Amino acid sequence: MKFALPIILVAVTAGLMVVGLVGAGHAGGTVGIAAGSALYGLTPKASTPEQGLANLLVDVQRRNWDEALSSLSKTSGADKQSFVQEWTGSNGSLRSFSNLESFDSRPLHITNDEAQFRVRLHWTTPVGPIEDVRDVHLVREGDIWRAVWPKTPVATVPAQVIPVTYLRWDLVNGTSGDEWGSKNIDAPRVRIISMNAEDSAEGAVILGEVVNEDTIPAFVNVRATLVDGSGNAIDDESSFDKIDHVLLPKQVTPYRIDFPNVNLSKVKNVRMDMKAALVPASADPVIGVMNQKIDSDVQGKSVLHGDLLNESGQTVNISHVIASFYDNNGKVVWVADGYVDRALLPQSSEPFAVEIPRSVASKVQNFHVVVNQYSLGRS
Amino acid sequence: MRFLPACAAICLAAASGGVCAAQDIYIHAPAAVTAGDEAKLSTSGSGKATFYLSGPGVSRKTDISLGEEIPLRAQDLRVAGRYLAVACSSTCRSTTFYVSAAQPETLAFLVHPSRVPVAQSDAVSGVALPFDQFHNLVLTPLNVNFQLTAGNASLLSRAAPTRDGIAWFRSSSGRAAGTLQVTASLDNVPVLRAVQEVASDPCNLRINGQRTPAGISVQTEPVHDCAGNAVPDGTIVTFTATDAGGKSTVDAPIKHGIARAEIESSSATVITAASGVVMGNELRLGAQR
Repeated sequence: MKFALPIILVAVTAGLMVVGLVGAGHAGGTVGIAAGSALYGLTPKASTPEQGLANLLVDVQRRNWDEALSSLSKTSGADKQSFVQEWTGSNGSLRSFSNLESFDSRPLHITNDEAQFRVRLHWTTPVGPIEDVRDVHLVREGDIWRAVWPKTPVATVPAQVIPVTYLRWDLVNGTSGDEWGSKNIDAPRVRIISMNAEDSAEGAVILGEVVNEDTIPAFVNVRATLVDGSGNAIDDESSFDKIDHVLLPKQVTPYRIDFPNVNLSKVKNVRMDMKAALVPASADPVIGVMNQKIDSDVQGKSVLHGDLLNESGQTVNISHVIASFYDNNGKVVWVADGYVDRALLPQSSEPFAVEIPRSVASKVQNFHVVVNQYSLGRS
Repeated sequence: MRFLPACAAICLAAASGGVCAAQDIYIHAPAAVTAGDEAKLSTSGSGKATFYLSGPGVSRKTDISLGEEIPLRAQDLRVAGRYLAVACSSTCRSTTFYVSAAQPETLAFLVHPSRVPVAQSDAVSGVALPFDQFHNLVLTPLNVNFQLTAGNASLLSRAAPTRDGIAWFRSSSGRAAGTLQVTASLDNVPVLRAVQEVASDPCNLRINGQRTPAGISVQTEPVHDCAGNAVPDGTIVTFTATDAGGKSTVDAPIKHGIARAEIESSSATVITAASGVVMGNELRLGAQR
């Protein structure tokens, strides 16, 4: 009798564990990170399209590639190499440094044998959380639902020689004596050519454009202080990564400064503070922004999309697109940015897309895109 | 100052008057003292006294005999400014004197900016400050000669008097890019600075282009400013091509005086170019056959 209570507790605990592990896999409708089983070998059977998709994405999260590939339909075009590369990235791209944190999905249509799901993939990356949306097609094979995963074309670069007239600015600290005034170099001349304040769903936004008027590169940062009617500072923020910090001579960059939870109606004045410093820089690589167009995406949102074309002979690991949008008076009404998660190989292109908020989409008449780039091992 | 006796401290407080509560001591300073020179103070009275010297570069106490001259060493008078001399026996007497800067020996010369676009009015300025060998600012009026030369051409040659130890000039930049030599000289002591004159904004930015199997190859004509100077390599020219498929832009740096870009397009295309806030011409190309 004295063993009865411990035995019951152990049995109940084990039962709850089994229910917890298996039961989570049967969540219908929206599935997420909790959709898969926590232990290997206890993956729920993909008897529904939701479960088939959840099994695949949980295996991808765990980087359990063999299991993930076994969740794919035989009609899939993907081989192991391209499938793994699609999820883990290559060539030092942003995806190489990212992790699939969670996902959620919703069905677009389901029949007895086929299903179409829209999946939101939530990635953690060095530049912050990034959301990726893609549609997944599933088919029923026997009593198992499997995803049809097309092979993603991998950019290949033919062997070639690309002549580059290497153009670079270096900074040299003078070695002359300490004579007063003998070794001063002025900071680059940089000017704010437009500034506008907008209210957004998240708060107040200060945005505009900056030009480097000098003949040398500049490292630029823009700060703004919001001031109320009494002359007191409400908040002070910088453009952070919503700007192309390194500006070559005569280059123009958009900037955006976010003030979360600040209502623009309380702001009476904005103090702008721009700092420009000398910086070593390179004029290469040149990245073209091709086929820019504003369209609606599958979710009905206005999106500026296009292709980045690397016109140089160097691999660009991470590309950052910053776009300014103008109304019919030429005023900057919004600045949006986005990262491209695949590396830009030499002479190859990658698509990009940046979202335009609904509140400004109808005002947009024109746009200008600049590309900020990060290459491993180069300044 | 800590070692001064109470009566000397009172003298310090009343230093501007130079009169303290004493009847039997008199101390007198010379009217003009030059930095780095020796000087002598005369005293009256008799007996022993203590002498205090306080100034910008010295604080010293010595025993003296009243009625004799007090020699001041040259190294105690190197810093220009106001000095206080106090002699104390039973009571104290004080006097103040000024040490002025010696003959100018060096010229501090500041020129702004270090880099200037050509043909800008009042764009270059400079200030010169004469100092003696002890780094005292020379406040007596002096004539400083300023000279600006670009290549072999003289842009400015002017003598400017110092006012309160400062002489300055302001001048326009030249019309040719290159090094602008700026010289300030005082008694044949020249100080040289260099200002880099750079091309101004591009002027008459013109582009031409042609179709290639891959799309469109577009390039600028050699890019110059309105004074005819070549715009430096590395300056960004933004090419914008608009066709039925949308808009394409390339930020291309000028290399060897020309900016080039390759743009993918097969339909009828309109191409424009801009550098900073300067727009170029418009180029229209028909569809690829």
